[in-house]
Order: sequence, then C-alpha cells, then structure tokens
Amino acid sequence: MIWELDLAILILVIVAAIGVIQVKDLLGCAILFSAYSFLMCLLWAIMGAVDVAFTEASVGAGVSTVFFVAAVFRTTRRTKD
Amino acid sequence: MKAIGLIIVVLAGALLLYSTQDFPFWGDPASPAGTHTATYYLTKAFEETSVPNVVTAVLADYRGFDTMFETGVIFCAGLGCFVLLRLSRSRDEDSYYRHVATGITLHIKSAKIPDVSSEFERIDTLWTPYDLIVKTVCRLLAPFVQLFGLYVIAHGHHSPGGGFQGGVILGASVILIAISHNMRTAIGRISEKTIHILMAVGVLLYSGIGALCILLGGNFLDYASLSRILFTNEIEARSLGILGVEVGVGITVMAVMITIYNNLSSDGRLDEGL
Repeated sequence: MIWELDLAILILVIVAAIGVIQVKDLLGCAILFSAYSFLMCLLWAIMGAVDVAFTEASVGAGVSTVFFVAAVFRTTRRTKD
Repeated sequence: MKAIGLIIVVLAGALLLYSTQDFPFWGDPASPAGTHTATYYLTKAFEETSVPNVVTAVLADYRGFDTMFETGVIFCAGLGCFVLLRLSRSRDEDSYYRHVATGITLHIKSAKIPDVSSEFERIDTLWTPYDLIVKTVCRLLAPFVQLFGLYVIAHGHHSPGGGFQGGVILGASVILIAISHNMRTAIGRISEKTIHILMAVGVLLYSGIGALCILLGGNFLDYASLSRILFTNEIEARSLGILGVEVGVGITVMAVMITIYNNLSSDGRLDEGL
C-alpha cells in the first residue's frame, strides 16, 4: 500500500464529508456524497476488500446518487436551516 | 441548540476515536476475527464448495440466513417506497402530445390521440427535453450494461461481484433508459406489474431453494442435499445452490431499484421522470 496515496484519499474523504454537511445546495450535497462514496470505494479497494468496493461503487456512488437527485428534483433544492 | 448538538457530536466522536485504540491492527493475523471462523473459511471453503471467491462462499453458503434476510430487507424497502409514494390517480385530464416530425407540442383538453401513433408521441408537460444524441447513445449503451450485470451475477464465484452488485447494475440500465428517454418508454419495456412480480420472485427463489433442501432431507439452505436432483456430487451441488441463490438476490435487487426510482422521480404518478 502506498501511504501517500492513502493519506491523500483519507484527507479528501474528510473534506467531502464536511462539505456534505456544510453546503446549503442539496443538489451539490448529492454530488459531494457521490464523491465521498467513490473515495470510500477507493479506500476499500486499497485495503483489499474488492467485493465491498464493488458494492460501494455500484450502490453508493451510482444508484443512490440517482435517488438523491430524484428526491431533490421533486422536493426543494435549498435547505431550511 | 446548535452548540449543544456540536458538543454531543464532538464528545461521541472523541469517544469513538478513543475506543479505536483497542482495535486489532489492520491485517493482524492474531485478531479475534481472524483466529476462529476465518481460518476455517479460508482453508476449507474451496474444497467444500468449489467456489474460489471466499466472500461469495461465506455470503451465500455459510452465512446464507444473513443474506436471505438482507434480501428480505431490500424487498421491504421497495414495498415501503411503493406504499408511501404511489398515487393511483393521474395528474389531470389534459394530455400533451409531440408531433415527432416537427417537434410541435399539442395540448389537448378532452379528446385523445391513441398512444400508439407513429406521428405523435405522448409527453407529460408542456415542454420536455428532446435530444437525439443522448437518446441514441443511451439506447446503444443499455444492452452492454445489462450484459455486464449478468456477467457480474454469473461470475461472482470467481471474481468480485454477485447478486447485489449485478442486480444494481441491471436496475441501473433500466434507470438509464428512463432518464435518457422518458419514463413511459422504460415502463413500456418493463411494466410496473412485471417489476412487482420480479420483486417477489427473487425472494421466493432464495427461500424456495432453502425449502427444497428441507424436502430433500437436509437442513434449511443446506445446498449439499440438492445433489440428489442435480445429479452431481455434494460439492458441485453447493456451488450450484450458491448460483441459484445469487440469481434470486439479483432479480429482487434489480426490481427494487427500478420501483424506487420510478416512484421517487415521478411523485408516485409514474408519468414523467427526471
């Protein structure tokens, strides 16, 4: 395992997670959450859990993003708080 | 109120970080998880089930109950989404049609053009986007996505993958059609009734294989007893039992993904998607 790569992905995961909480635009949140899922997928793959990485990539980064975007499209794009 | 929430979150996070000190190191062979059952699975899984991918063998054979109820959870999620969101009444009596050759939208108050018309296309709002390039590319892409999904389900014995991932990919291909064309096209390809039947068929296939094992004299989900009707030895029967179970999981997951998307993106009216 290359530790520089690992560190860079870990920092990006934390940045994405904080971004999801802070951003007011819910569509942006959905995209950031997709990026978070994809980075987690990379982490799983680095740790050798390829099956989990595959599930994370297809469910987390793929289909759940579509569901979030659909929900945002049918409700509201701005958060109330 | 926000300050209290922040304090609680920081305290809980600090507690969690503190408790990670007691975790075994990553990849530690002497960790509790690695000393009891994991050694057995890693050494015996291939000779007992003839499945090279140990993850699949553990998920579908040794921990078959766990995966069966996971499939049940996904089935319930799809059912819950349907019950909460689906409306039986359409939006209004008005209907919109697009003249395919010119792109002109017709708004018709009471009369109806037959839905199967080569000159007119039923649309749901005054203006829906129409892009020939996006439609054509997505239509050409969908079969390959489906082929990859089937490969992931069928090849889960040898490579990463299995019913869950393959089912999601199969569902995503139908969602791709629904996004790039419109939801009427996707429902025309695979109707709501078919999706609901498939949702139940997958769970029934999984538990049916388990029940068949009881009828053949084994325990529930003991695939070795399937060797009497499959005319193979017990090891091959376990491998084939895992394949049957994975197909069941894939069918349920695919149907649930489609039904969640259909209901979520159209407010439960199943007319116009995103």
